[in-house]
Amino acid sequence: MTLLFYSAGAIALIATLSVIISTNVVHALVYLIISLLSVAVIFFALGAPFAAMLEAIVYAGAIMVLFLFVMMMLNLGQATEDEERAWMRPSLWIGPGVLSGILLLQFVSTMLTHDVTLAPVEVSVRDISLLLFGPWLLAVELASMLLLAGLIAAYHLAKK
Amino acid sequence: MDAIPYEHGLILAAVLFVCGLLGVLTRRNIVFVLMSLEIMLNACGLAFVVASARWQHAEGQIMYLMILTLAAAEVAVGLGLIIQMYRRFHTVDISVLNEMKG
Repeated sequence: MTLLFYSAGAIALIATLSVIISTNVVHALVYLIISLLSVAVIFFALGAPFAAMLEAIVYAGAIMVLFLFVMMMLNLGQATEDEERAWMRPSLWIGPGVLSGILLLQFVSTMLTHDVTLAPVEVSVRDISLLLFGPWLLAVELASMLLLAGLIAAYHLAKK
Repeated sequence: MDAIPYEHGLILAAVLFVCGLLGVLTRRNIVFVLMSLEIMLNACGLAFVVASARWQHAEGQIMYLMILTLAAAEVAVGLGLIIQMYRRFHTVDISVLNEMKG
């Protein structure tokens, strides 16, 4: 499980970096799918198989297919890719890179002060469902309202 | 079963989040900006699942489900906006959106 965690983490990291430096939209999407699938493997290694399956089905499946459909509709050609390459100047990356690096250092220095190891205990679907349809029922209802609002908004916005 | 130090999970989530932030700050193509937002949301979900494993409690995974719902709704609305923007301006460059006129 430890090996699975670290190897999937390395793949997720490399694929995510490839997303943000890629110039072709479709290649970036495929890298993003790889990154999401390796995060699903990490969830599995952490003893969350239900979250892993949802990550693979909803994120890597549904959301990324939505992205791919829109990319096919837009049909961005070589011109956009050349434009992207022209925007990829190293000088543009200095400021955001420094800021993000400082933020990352703060995160890491905060997190390295504790020392507790994980002993992955599998949380079953039954435990999650009992909580989800017990104390968190209102949150589920609100999530369904949010999805309905998203559906109506997307229909209205994408209409001609 | 071997133990994974839980800080490593959180650090991985932090690194993925910072990658997404870097993407949002540097890219000018709105599709890449939306993808970087997805990376950031996914990193938050990873942090919740790591916390769920750390305290051996299912509620972190319920928060992950909420983030998943939010990401799905956000992507649907965001992609609708991208389609509308491409129809009006015939580009995906966000710098054409700097004028507030109806």
